[in-house]
Amino acid sequence: MKQLPIIFRREFSSFFATPLAYVFLLIFLVLSSVFTFYLGNFYESGQANLNPFFNFHPWLYLFLVPALAMRMWAEERKSGTIELLMTLPITRFESVLGKFLAAWVFAGIALLLTFPMVLTVNYLGDPDNGAILTGYVGSWLLAGAYLSVGSCMSALAKNQVIAFILTVSLCFIFVLSGFALVLDAFNGWAPQWLLDAVASFSFLTRFQAISKGVIDLRDLLYFLSFITAWLMATAVVIDLKKAD
Amino acid sequence: MIKVAHLTKRFVQQVAVDDLSFTIEPGEVVGFLGPNGAGKSTTMKMLTGFLQPCEGSVSICGFDIGKQTLQAQRQIGYLPEGAPCYGDMTVADFLSFIAQIRGYRGRELKQRVARAVALVELEQVVEQSIDTLSKGFKRRVGLAQAVLHEPKVLILDEPTDGLDPNQKHQVRKLIKSLAVDRIVIISTHILEEVSALCTRAMLISQGRLLVDETPYALHSRSRYHQAVTLLAEQPLDRQLLQTLPGVLGLEDNPLDGSLTILAEPGQVIFPAVNQLIHAQGWQVRELEVERGRLDEVFRSLTRGDVA
Repeated sequence: MKQLPIIFRREFSSFFATPLAYVFLLIFLVLSSVFTFYLGNFYESGQANLNPFFNFHPWLYLFLVPALAMRMWAEERKSGTIELLMTLPITRFESVLGKFLAAWVFAGIALLLTFPMVLTVNYLGDPDNGAILTGYVGSWLLAGAYLSVGSCMSALAKNQVIAFILTVSLCFIFVLSGFALVLDAFNGWAPQWLLDAVASFSFLTRFQAISKGVIDLRDLLYFLSFITAWLMATAVVIDLKKAD
Repeated sequence: MIKVAHLTKRFVQQVAVDDLSFTIEPGEVVGFLGPNGAGKSTTMKMLTGFLQPCEGSVSICGFDIGKQTLQAQRQIGYLPEGAPCYGDMTVADFLSFIAQIRGYRGRELKQRVARAVALVELEQVVEQSIDTLSKGFKRRVGLAQAVLHEPKVLILDEPTDGLDPNQKHQVRKLIKSLAVDRIVIISTHILEEVSALCTRAMLISQGRLLVDETPYALHSRSRYHQAVTLLAEQPLDRQLLQTLPGVLGLEDNPLDGSLTILAEPGQVIFPAVNQLIHAQGWQVRELEVERGRLDEVFRSLTRGDVA
């Protein structure tokens, strides 16, 4: 556990060593506002809440978060530094979690930088700030879920572009797993309990519940166990693939 | 002390390391020799805990690398093949990251980093990012990282690969100075390095340990061991040379016109040859005894046709 903060700091500052961090922040901030005001009809809806803002996050993250995650392990493997990292006295747990937390905190900072949105809606009306807070929590958890999938895919693929595409595809399935698009693939042959299980995996339904202002312990547990499971998968994949 | 017992690693297509067993004591500088793909790097990867062996065990200073991985890894300084480093960091940042991982804080951390930087002469590039450095500097950053915590066991995979002669010399000096009371394992396919640096040579081919002896013993396996090469200014009486006691045969070197007189195994022929030269009054410009040619030993051992 002692090494975790050291790994975290190195990973976190490595975002800022390249233009990646700034490009990500800029695109995230611009797109999230554009979506809110143009596609989400923030003004026209005439309601003092941030639903138009949060509703687009699952879709915005679908392309931006995998870009954040894709280099996590793929680059280590490509440049060979994984051999250095794995022969230093660090546990697998510390390196996987350290890298993940660095990306997750970075995503959190991007999210916090959208604070003018909160100021705007408070200036225009009298919103339920509690609901806005849970919206932020939900959005951050969602980003974590995407990142954990991205972490595993990045460990799987040596090539960052492939890691990106795999992550986007998988996350897309998880976003929509409560909807006909995915469920139809199971309909007809799969038993009902499997159908229910798949449907309950949907990011979208879980996220919408939280962002409406209801923090259900089950939804929280869902995201946290989802992240844990994918990070454990990451550790397993690293052990299998590190030498390739 | 390093104890390796029945170490085996199989990949899908081939056996990379095949039942390797050896023990290394402190103070030894061991050179892993062998052709590309012989299993040198794979062995090092298992010694450092990067790869899991299929069979066998590795114990580093009493710690089993499979079970007490972290304790074992604390004893090791490792330079992986190609000296990978985080390219986006500066040399100073990278080394202080390593120092933190090694458990140093505050003033001690600064001292350790400064010492490692001085040891491999990186002073002029400490504030540069590693990506912008030349190959020689990158290699030295990798070395600095490996020696930073003064490990009991130093494992260096091709430490002088891609360095110019000056840098090679410097790295060898560094390794020699570090070798006191420690274990140093280097892998190389530069044969001169083994005789210049190592107290023990291990020749690995196709995953098997072919030879484990001193570089001198390795030299003496050569058919050129104790051979005498001379460059004369006039034609020599070959018959006289041929019949000297202990002489196995003669060999012409068309490149410079010199003549090599091979000795029978275990025989020393230099005094006799020297005497003959004086007795005959031959004008000889160069005269030298060979220790043996490692490249020839290497070729004959790794190709199986032992001369």
